[in-house]
Amino acid sequence: MALLEVNDVSKIFPGVRALDQVSFTLQPGEVHALVGENGAGKSTLIKVLTGVYQPDGGELRYQDQPARFGTPMDAQQAGISTIYQEVNLVPLMSVAQNLFLGREPRTRLGLIDRKRMDREAREILTGYGVTADVRRRLGTLALGAQQMVALARAVMIDAKVVIMDEPTSSLEPREVQTLFGVIRDLHARGIGIVYVSHRLDELYQICDAVTILRDGKLVHTGKLADLERIKLVSLMLGRDMAEVRREGATAFSGTATGDTEAAPVLRVSELNSRHKLHDVSFDVRPGEVVGLGGLLGAGRSETIKAIGGAYHLDSGDIQVDGQDLKKPTPVRAVEFGIAVQPEDRKAEGIVPGLSVRENIALAVLPRVSRFGFVSDGKVDEIVDRYIERLRIKASSPDQAVGDLSGGNQQKVLLARLLATDPKVLLLDEPTRGIDVGAKAEVQSLIDELAAEGLGVVLVSSDAEELVEGSDRVVVLRDGVVVGTLTGADVTTEDLMATIATEAHP
Amino acid sequence: MSTETVAARPVVDSAKIKTWLPKYGVYAAIVLLVVYNIFFTPYFATWSNLRIQLIQVAPIVIVALGMALVIGTEGIDLSVGSVMALAAAFIPLYLGYGVIAAVLVALLAGVAVGLINGILVAKVGLQPIVATLALFVGGRGLAVVISEGKLVDIRNQDFLYLGSGDLLGIPVLVWVAAVLVLVVGFVIRRTVFGRRLLAIGGNRPAAELAGLPVKRVLITVYVVCAVLASIAGLLSVARIQSSDASSVGLLIELSAITAVVVGGTPLTGGKVRVLGTVAGALLMQLVIATMIKHNLQPSTTEMVQAVIILVAVYVARERKTR
Repeated sequence: MALLEVNDVSKIFPGVRALDQVSFTLQPGEVHALVGENGAGKSTLIKVLTGVYQPDGGELRYQDQPARFGTPMDAQQAGISTIYQEVNLVPLMSVAQNLFLGREPRTRLGLIDRKRMDREAREILTGYGVTADVRRRLGTLALGAQQMVALARAVMIDAKVVIMDEPTSSLEPREVQTLFGVIRDLHARGIGIVYVSHRLDELYQICDAVTILRDGKLVHTGKLADLERIKLVSLMLGRDMAEVRREGATAFSGTATGDTEAAPVLRVSELNSRHKLHDVSFDVRPGEVVGLGGLLGAGRSETIKAIGGAYHLDSGDIQVDGQDLKKPTPVRAVEFGIAVQPEDRKAEGIVPGLSVRENIALAVLPRVSRFGFVSDGKVDEIVDRYIERLRIKASSPDQAVGDLSGGNQQKVLLARLLATDPKVLLLDEPTRGIDVGAKAEVQSLIDELAAEGLGVVLVSSDAEELVEGSDRVVVLRDGVVVGTLTGADVTTEDLMATIATEAHP
Repeated sequence: MSTETVAARPVVDSAKIKTWLPKYGVYAAIVLLVVYNIFFTPYFATWSNLRIQLIQVAPIVIVALGMALVIGTEGIDLSVGSVMALAAAFIPLYLGYGVIAAVLVALLAGVAVGLINGILVAKVGLQPIVATLALFVGGRGLAVVISEGKLVDIRNQDFLYLGSGDLLGIPVLVWVAAVLVLVVGFVIRRTVFGRRLLAIGGNRPAAELAGLPVKRVLITVYVVCAVLASIAGLLSVARIQSSDASSVGLLIELSAITAVVVGGTPLTGGKVRVLGTVAGALLMQLVIATMIKHNLQPSTTEMVQAVIILVAVYVARERKTR
């Protein structure tokens, strides 16, 4: 008897098929890995399972009955609990209060029986490896312990299915082991677990089955033990050969442009940031495109942001043209000639309410003004130049950027970066969410810029794009550089093989 | 909008109204109210009445200008009334050293409060409403302490000229407000500071990543807002010819926020409507004046104001689907 069945479920958002006839089955006592890159549809699927979204097609079956969860509350009451990366409990209440929230034991007078609550909480939590005083406020506990409390609470509410969304992303190795102990215990009690993570070592350690999504479609489901690591990675990252043939590959020329003799324009050594980056080092020569490879959560975006001064570093050195960038902040990074194109264009890139003009000129205002007064002429010069060079399609430079297509928004963002005359360009998913035409334009632009002598760092979840666009690929896993592909080794096969290698014990 | 009006006038495109109303609704409302008053309110269309209305609205406009800038960064400043009180408290103490000295001290008080607000918001990272609440409470308390709780009559004729004098037949007070409107409008449109302010309000993480000096701009915005409030404070003292720290600028933060909101500046930041803000202040002033002239209770006036605010916010609300 299957515990939870998803049959041909689809979910359509305006312009996007987030889920396209996806099916999978969760057995009681099974730990089922759900994997896929960004935009593969994992979060959408979880939201369908937990009643946040209603499926547009297909059906859910829960304990052999057709099920429909109108709200997250419905799903929870039916016994489907979700543990998110960020714990959603009440940080200012005590641990015990959080555990029993809404179901507090009562005294005969109908008041909350504190003593009993604390005692029972202590007993329950010991089983989860949490030994902290249950009367402490939850917010004062380490994140790992908070997550355990959330898990304990979920299981207490008679959960039959527990969905864990990247539960280990903020845990210490020791806490991860405790979590695995708990998961094995749940497994023995017949509770089904959907486990979302990108850490392959963890998946193979704890999961029985795996379902892989890509671009909203199911690409594989089955026993994890039967699936080789390399196969798993290629299923996650690879594109269909049919699709490649239809769209053509990428617009990159494929010729190496980097001058292997030149001194590096960017040198990064031993970047460390708690949990996320461990001794990340690499360098980029003028004219070279260095790709950062790895799965989601491997530390690619963190590396890029850290170089741009927008992510906290515990230690590490960054040099631009031989000059030390000490205590990087975004302001200083821009001064040093570092330009960062963030991954999330809408949240961190464009200012949607301002015009194309304002957005392009934003980072260079002091240069186009005198005594603090902006010179329209100088702004227009820059804006016109980049609108023409990047072929930005807007009804006029005064159109609000929020009204443009994704591809044009991205070009506006690139124009802003280029206007600062950078020496190093850090691009995080430059072609995500933009149409095929704009994608090809952005790709050939990257080639052009490198040919002009810029150092480029490229992050892309599209393996083909990464391999074809980069002269060299530095592969990251769990914040550690696990390999560098050079010359003839820059292929998707080598990339996947490097990602899939087992971590050192 | 009821379905009836749509059916009766099929020519009018409702989508057009939706974009037109938040932008120009406040001006239309002013025109309607003026027309109504010209016909139905005796002595409305007289020079003396217009003078009184403008003199009364000038301090609100000045404070609202600063408020509009702060709101443009997705913030809010509750302490403007207290800044006015502080300015008022310092005036009689320093008038002995001359008008210029007294004005400078009043402005410096504004700078100090603005720096505290700005640092709390930009560097400490407090939410603007909480950060400025501290000085909303404490600032007026301090002002009462400085003035020893006394109402002081002002007799320095040079200083009183600011509040009751005329220049080319127009009150000095109104001149000051008009010049400040032009300056703030120019700053927003044409200066690096103005452009950065809007970018920070529109998308702060993006502004930070683009290498903008976000903290410095935010601190400056709060300083400018407080300095404008202290100008309004000293002008109010000059107009009523006495300094009373416990009453100057009382509840003006609400009038200012109302003017900004009614004028079409969104509370979500990224946009500042300078002329709209002036119109918002004028509209509220006109509404109050109209109600008073028709002998309506102050309580009725307040309810009408509430309705106008709700309508303004409703009209300006962002459509959720995009």
